[in-house]
Amino acid sequence: MTCCCEKTESALEKLARLEPEKTAQLNAFIDTLPIGKDIESNRAHLIIALHQAQGIFGYLPSEVQQLIAERLKLTRSEIYGVISFYSYFTDKPIGRFKINVCCGTACFVKGANLVVEQFSRELNIKEGETSADGRFFLGVLRCVGACSLAPVVMVNERVYGNVTPAMVSQIIADCKD
Amino acid sequence: MIIKTPSDLTAKVAELKAGFSGKTQLLVSLGTCGIAAGGSPIAAALRKHVTEQGLESKFEVVDVGCLGLCYCEPMIEVKAANGKSLIYGNVTEEQIPAIVAAGADKVAEGLQVQATNIYYPEDQEKPEKKVVQTRIALRNSGRINPEKIEDYLLKDGYQALAKVLTKMKPEEVCQQLVDAGLRGRGGAGFPTGKKWQFAAAQPKGQKYIICNADEGDPGAFMDRAVLEGDPHAVLEAMAIGGFAVGADTGLIYIRAEYPLAIARLKKAIEQATSYGLLGKNIFSTGFNFTIELKYGAGAFVCGEETALIHSIEGKRGEPTFKPPFPAVRGLWGKPTIVNNVETLANIPAIFRKGAAWFKSIGTPGSPGSKVFALAGKINHVGLVEVPMGIKLRDVIFELGGGITDGREFKVVQIGGPSGGCITAKNLDTAIDYESLKALGSMMGSGGMIVMDEDTCMVNVARFFLDFTVDESCGKCTPCRIGNKRLFEILDKICAGKGTPEMLDQLEELSNVIKDTSLCGLGQTSPNPVLSTLKNFPDEYKAHIFEHRCPAAVCTAMLNYIINDKCIGCGLCARKCPVNCISGTQKTRHHIDQSKCIKCGVCMRTCKFAAIDRK
Repeated sequence: MTCCCEKTESALEKLARLEPEKTAQLNAFIDTLPIGKDIESNRAHLIIALHQAQGIFGYLPSEVQQLIAERLKLTRSEIYGVISFYSYFTDKPIGRFKINVCCGTACFVKGANLVVEQFSRELNIKEGETSADGRFFLGVLRCVGACSLAPVVMVNERVYGNVTPAMVSQIIADCKD
Repeated sequence: MIIKTPSDLTAKVAELKAGFSGKTQLLVSLGTCGIAAGGSPIAAALRKHVTEQGLESKFEVVDVGCLGLCYCEPMIEVKAANGKSLIYGNVTEEQIPAIVAAGADKVAEGLQVQATNIYYPEDQEKPEKKVVQTRIALRNSGRINPEKIEDYLLKDGYQALAKVLTKMKPEEVCQQLVDAGLRGRGGAGFPTGKKWQFAAAQPKGQKYIICNADEGDPGAFMDRAVLEGDPHAVLEAMAIGGFAVGADTGLIYIRAEYPLAIARLKKAIEQATSYGLLGKNIFSTGFNFTIELKYGAGAFVCGEETALIHSIEGKRGEPTFKPPFPAVRGLWGKPTIVNNVETLANIPAIFRKGAAWFKSIGTPGSPGSKVFALAGKINHVGLVEVPMGIKLRDVIFELGGGITDGREFKVVQIGGPSGGCITAKNLDTAIDYESLKALGSMMGSGGMIVMDEDTCMVNVARFFLDFTVDESCGKCTPCRIGNKRLFEILDKICAGKGTPEMLDQLEELSNVIKDTSLCGLGQTSPNPVLSTLKNFPDEYKAHIFEHRCPAAVCTAMLNYIINDKCIGCGLCARKCPVNCISGTQKTRHHIDQSKCIKCGVCMRTCKFAAIDRK
């Protein structure tokens, strides 16, 4: 392991080179935050900045973490500590179709685990993984609050209710680029 | 228009009442669950039908929040100006013309209406019926358009704030809440008025009031319903709280997973500000109050107030030791009140109708009502708000409509992962904070998951521990490692690898975790294990000593076997994902147990009940 400080410049430059528009978008958002010298009050904007960044980039790669760290005058380690704490944030790219099976109690009682297993078999990935072609991500959620439709599967924004293992192949077929 | 005085508010309400059209309203429930069930196309089709038929002068389509009848979404309620109302469930677009044509006076031909059992104690006399819902927190949910402040004003909205600001002193406000006996609806049941008094007693200066909208209990969705259905009630209550404790800033900490609630709150804050009901010099009393939204990022432990405060500060949401309580030293080190959404939703009603009125509902120790989210193997999945002291049996079998498919009731899990299960023998318990605790469960946020005879209790305990292991913040060793060990033991038992000493280990470890964890998460996480151990020792023993899962759930201990009803159609063999079923056409097939992954596809596919699960 080498120290990341030496590569600081290049990480940000790389980001600006690879994703100029997204980087500009994130920078523009951070410009609207009242960032000052006081680290304590800057920190209050960290979570909203991470939400925005993940919305723009889809995930939080190390370059983006570096950018946020510098703009908010916080350390990289602290940013990573926050990202790894909250389940909403991810530092790995995830598939274009985010298949999330609700595994809240109501869905569990109605057999959501069988649905997860079926997706896992059909897509040949485990829970928390993205398929090799980058199309599908399979995850589980803790209750989306649509317990009357249990078991519930969300594919991006679309909600499927009363899902049985037999419906899984159709749900996958519905995912068209 | 800016409302500067209580009489401005009265004048505005009079103006709105005068402008009331008298049209029959067609209410479409569009909370998250309603939308997921297909409510939006129904609302669009309804609007189109009303316009095309030229019925705009008679009917008005209103998007409302959740009425709690989630089991029959999408639904349309036809509500006449005279109060007559009919509710249609599971509506399809084809039924719309008939529903509109029939109006509120008679039921559309060939359709059935949903019976409701709801009364609103603020506006109505208690009906004769024995078991009824008593709606205080959910008073406006599903009745008004949450995106229009005018609808809220017509339902006495902001009257409580006007009264408090112009006629009461802060100490009187706290005292009235103490007198009402309102207890925190987020789980622990701490008296809200006392909490306010603590913060009010702190020296003057910057203070905060936080609304905890980080509803994380799987299976509980009442806070979402309130935020989506009646956001102004929460804002009004926060302003009242701000006045009582001397805070000028309110923060709503809300789950990022609730996009609709966030959108409606933003709109509500904007509208209240434009009317001058939030902002500077409210009701010309010199009282300033603003509200901001703060987003959670998916951490169950952030429901704990000190963890929540750390999360708002931009840190990892780890709890810290109390005291100092947040009411003394909270956000940025300043006195801070953290109240749950449902708690706040009760507050405007208390100040409109008085402490004595509130105390007259519920039990002496736990006044008022409580919203429960019914889910699992129950017919009427949805929200019910019932007076404290009601019997569990009435909630599950009267309001909840009993168990699905006529199965046998086994347990109800109350309080989510921190709660415990309650069995049939305790169904006649009157529900309040203390009685649930005595049964090894807890009120929690009010999730009620009903389970039937097909549920394996060891597996349920394993499920909750899996959740806790995921959500433990990692700060305290007993919670971080102890729960992991509990989970591993349960996992082994479910996998058929249990040993007799595990029973004692589970109990001992559970008690250590309870006694030595810092926050509520660790202190309650072994509850599901302890309560299932206590109530269903035989199920644990069957797993360990007989390698048998009595409910036939734990896959390691069951086999799928084809019986002699098999006619050899070959359907199961074609559907089997691992090709472990063999046999020739029209002869009994056979499952190769060494290859079978026990997914159960064959059993669900078979049309002749020729596959047994043992």
